[in-house]
Amino acid sequence: MMKIIGNIGKYFQMVWVVFSKPEKWKIFRKNLFDEIELIGINSIPIVALMSTFMGGVIALQTASNMDNPLLPEYTVGYITRSSTILEFSPTIISLILAGKVGSNVASEIGTMRITEQIDALEIMGVNSLSYLVLPKILGAVLFFPVLIIFSIGLSLIGGWLSLTLSGLTSTETYVFGIRFFFFNSDIVYALVKTVVFAFIIVSVASYYGYYTKGGALDVGRSSTQAVVISSVAILIANFFLTQMFLL
Amino acid sequence: MIEVKNLNKSFGGMQVLFDINTNFEKGKVNLIIGQSGSGKSVLAKCIVGLHKPETGEVLFDGRNFITMSRSDRTEIRKEIGMLFQGSALFDSMTVEENVMFPLSMFTKMTKKEMLDRANFCLERVNLVGKNKLFPAETSGGMQKRIAIARAISMNPKYLFCDEPNSGLDPQTALVIDNLIREITYEYEMTTVVITHDMNSVIEIGDNILFIYQGKNWWQGDSKSIITTDNIEISEFVYASEFMKEIRSNMIDKRK
Repeated sequence: MMKIIGNIGKYFQMVWVVFSKPEKWKIFRKNLFDEIELIGINSIPIVALMSTFMGGVIALQTASNMDNPLLPEYTVGYITRSSTILEFSPTIISLILAGKVGSNVASEIGTMRITEQIDALEIMGVNSLSYLVLPKILGAVLFFPVLIIFSIGLSLIGGWLSLTLSGLTSTETYVFGIRFFFFNSDIVYALVKTVVFAFIIVSVASYYGYYTKGGALDVGRSSTQAVVISSVAILIANFFLTQMFLL
Repeated sequence: MIEVKNLNKSFGGMQVLFDINTNFEKGKVNLIIGQSGSGKSVLAKCIVGLHKPETGEVLFDGRNFITMSRSDRTEIRKEIGMLFQGSALFDSMTVEENVMFPLSMFTKMTKKEMLDRANFCLERVNLVGKNKLFPAETSGGMQKRIAIARAISMNPKYLFCDEPNSGLDPQTALVIDNLIREITYEYEMTTVVITHDMNSVIEIGDNILFIYQGKNWWQGDSKSIITTDNIEISEFVYASEFMKEIRSNMIDKRK
């Protein structure tokens, strides 16, 4: 228990140091764009693949479980949209990204730690946390919402494709369902969740990477811990955010 | 000059360094030698601020590094160059970018000026035409030389080298030793080298500190290390029959 509390304290201390003024804005800007490419743009293929197929599956599952003739046909589109915007895209895609991005960040920083590259930065007088972690956090916080919007769009397209190709509903009915009872606040909710999850994924992964001790085996261990802890943190944060926004 | 006064350091209740007092002189190659686990690297890391000692002072030309503010410490760190055991080059950067890195962080040089300086430093360590390679594409000896080039790019007053010869063949080790000695004399730096390599001890040791069980056990130069009757240092330096023979030959020659 004391170890957990100690880790949480150390994590917040790390976050405090991360958000200090960058040494040089020009270098920070370059690093930020590099991270956006590495963390964000490189995640587009996996997000696209997951979203399209999951959207298709959500739509098919919903359609196949709607036996009641009293339910209007457009409900399929309505449920697909709601599940996608409220949970699937922000939460499930974030969990997928926790695996991909989290392990990448933790192993990159962990390797820098055990090969003394972080010590080299410190000796030069560089604030290593700010230099390494701040561009990653900001890159994720700025680009994950773009990924989630992209995921929502592709999910809905996946749903449309699966329903129309299987002949379960028409395009008009599906689109009507998607537009039915739509609140802009749902998108805001999804994006707020995404920003929180992006912060959790990268900061937790950076924490485990930065405080890696030992050798290659420990980098692997840090990477696994980063994915597990950030996934659990996402689920807990999701619970509280849902309570705050929807109830 | 770097002065270390009454420095004590422990980890989790286990004391590693006991009341270390020593001076590392300017324009000289100062060596820290000792058995594995004797506390050499911990001492060096305390001096450069990677570990915080429990008590003691570290003075860089009279400036107390331990008690000064974070911003003042950052300023002193810009005067320190360090060569790590594993070179610690940034994998994602080319040779040239590695050498230019401190310049890009802390100077207002233009890209051309930085490139000129990087080329000068790489030329100084005999690495010409390797600018666009990545560290993984170079040999161990080249990586050490790139790390030296990076360490001297900011014209440091103090140079720290943590086992610069580890993992290198004797010939390349000699090249690195000579390079460290040459740049120390050329730029009048205070150089501190942690080493296990007895060749280095004899070849480049202007001032040698022997750490034994975390204590400052013996200090002298490469001449006095040959004639010392200190048992611990003799057992350490002349551990092999070969080294014992060399020692007796050297003493005979002097007679």
